[in-house]
Amino acid sequence: MTGAADLWIYWLSIALMMVGLYTVIARDNLVKKIMGLNLFQVSVIMFYVALGKVDGGTAPILGPGAEGFEYFSNPLPHVLMLTAIVVGVATSALGLALTVRIKEAYGTVEEDEIVAMDAELSAEGNS
Amino acid sequence: MSDPVVVQAALTDHLPVLQVIVPLLAAPVCVIFKERRASRALAIAASWLCLYISVSLLGTVLDHGAISYALGGWAAPYGIEYRVDVVNAYVLVIVSAVAAVVMPFGRSEEGLDVDPSRVHLYYAALLLCLCGLLGMAVTGDAFNIFVFLEISSLASYTLIATGKGRRALRAAYSYLVMGTIGGTFYLIGIGLLYQVTGTLNIGDLAVRLEPVMQSREVVVAFAFLVVGLGIKLALFPLHQWLPNAYTYAPAKVSAFLAATATKVGVYVLLRVLFGIFGVAFVFGQLELHKLLVPLSLAAMFIGSIAAIAQTNIKRLLAYSSIAQIGYMTLGIAMANVSGLTGGIVHLFNHAMMKGGLFLVVACVVARTGSARIEDMAGLGKQMPVTMAAFVVGGLSLIGVPATVGFVSKWYLVQGALQRGWNWAAVLILLSSLLAVVYVWRVLEVVYFRDRPAGAPDVTEVGAAMRIPTWILIGASVVFGLQANLTVGVAEKAALVLLGGAG
Repeated sequence: MTGAADLWIYWLSIALMMVGLYTVIARDNLVKKIMGLNLFQVSVIMFYVALGKVDGGTAPILGPGAEGFEYFSNPLPHVLMLTAIVVGVATSALGLALTVRIKEAYGTVEEDEIVAMDAELSAEGNS
Repeated sequence: MSDPVVVQAALTDHLPVLQVIVPLLAAPVCVIFKERRASRALAIAASWLCLYISVSLLGTVLDHGAISYALGGWAAPYGIEYRVDVVNAYVLVIVSAVAAVVMPFGRSEEGLDVDPSRVHLYYAALLLCLCGLLGMAVTGDAFNIFVFLEISSLASYTLIATGKGRRALRAAYSYLVMGTIGGTFYLIGIGLLYQVTGTLNIGDLAVRLEPVMQSREVVVAFAFLVVGLGIKLALFPLHQWLPNAYTYAPAKVSAFLAATATKVGVYVLLRVLFGIFGVAFVFGQLELHKLLVPLSLAAMFIGSIAAIAQTNIKRLLAYSSIAQIGYMTLGIAMANVSGLTGGIVHLFNHAMMKGGLFLVVACVVARTGSARIEDMAGLGKQMPVTMAAFVVGGLSLIGVPATVGFVSKWYLVQGALQRGWNWAAVLILLSSLLAVVYVWRVLEVVYFRDRPAGAPDVTEVGAAMRIPTWILIGASVVFGLQANLTVGVAEKAALVLLGGAG
């Protein structure tokens, strides 16, 4: 049916997904982690948008200008992604807000430093 | 419309959607009016209304079978369908009952870790979290579950961050990262299923997946869904977010989340395994039990052993939650009626006892300001009523007869024996012994040690805290003695799940 090369859009979203996930895991900077999370979510959005593509199809809008087209893209995955984008924005906003509060409370956004500060406190005994 | 009978009939027809709309509308009202007492009263009223709705839904479902509600009048499978059967009506009752009890806990003046000027926002977040959890349970649309999952998760990150001290922020942050990865994995799984079948309706998915079960997309989708949900319900190796989140969240929030959030996660897993993929595929072809059983057992033992080692009572209860989730997933992995009944009834039972125990801790923290176990020394004499609640809840956690914990374990052991897994039955009993150890560690400090010299005297908490605590703890005894009701419903739910769509 289709060779691996024709599926390049999927390869691209998987690559993006891995870049995002790797950033979340490997980076200590809390802001960079949020950026990684964003990349990860965007790759899924790309994947969904690709799902809706129909070969030779046009935008799924009936009316003047649509004459002569036989195939239309599937609008449903695209609509779903509007919701996913909203979710992604809300998550990033909340994550960044937490980062601001963490910066205020700890004076740093580097996770390794924060862990070290908490470990010191634990050694002294805390609630 | 002037005829009252018509209006009433119209309203009861819309109960499935009202279940979600009531808390969803109450939340912004709290934010707009910025009034501490009014928002608290509104939150209590909304949660009680939710409880009424869910109980009447469960009644209808038990009498007349599943309800299908077409959202906005768009018929399934194209529109979003709210489908209520015994399984999710039961989960709706659990969630809204816990909300109805926890919401009024503690007067708003007492603050309970929350800045008094932000109490209205706190209640708005609680209501949104409730809305998301109820929505996940009520909907019959796989993508809709994702949306509600994110609503409840975002609200719970916020709630955890309201905890005292800066560690709450870190706990909320790491839960946000883990939770988002989990939610996105779920989204990928749904996307793959949509690619194969062209539908998002759970009932329709089950039908359309039948001919394409062998394709690799379906297996990959399955893996993404199970791992994504595993993060949400804190399945053993994916539980890392849970102890910190429950430890540093305000005690009332811990009680609410511990009793509801992971339960709804387990419910969605049940729906995905049995409702979408079906027993034959999950346990026959993919042999998920070969993975799920070791993980469940690991959760039971490692969770319990970790609980024994804790010095903070909230963290102890959080690790115990991980162990208890192990019991639920073990019941799921048995995939027979008894085991599944045990797992499902444990959803309710664990919600009652763990909710109650966290409320006890909330009472203690409100009085002593500390969640360390050693700071609870001598409280048996000074807060006898509250500590008696801890004893009862602890016994239930162990699974002593006449408590709900015993009922769950009874069915789990039966399920294991029917499956021929005698070793699993033995391990269930052994892990209960570990529960004896960690409960005893707390009770020993509470009853057999004196209050340290110089420690301020503490008094019993007020009725606003004592009554909700005892309602949950009381329920864990009442439903332990009168198990017919919960077990009956759980058994029906298990049959529905095993028998396909019901």
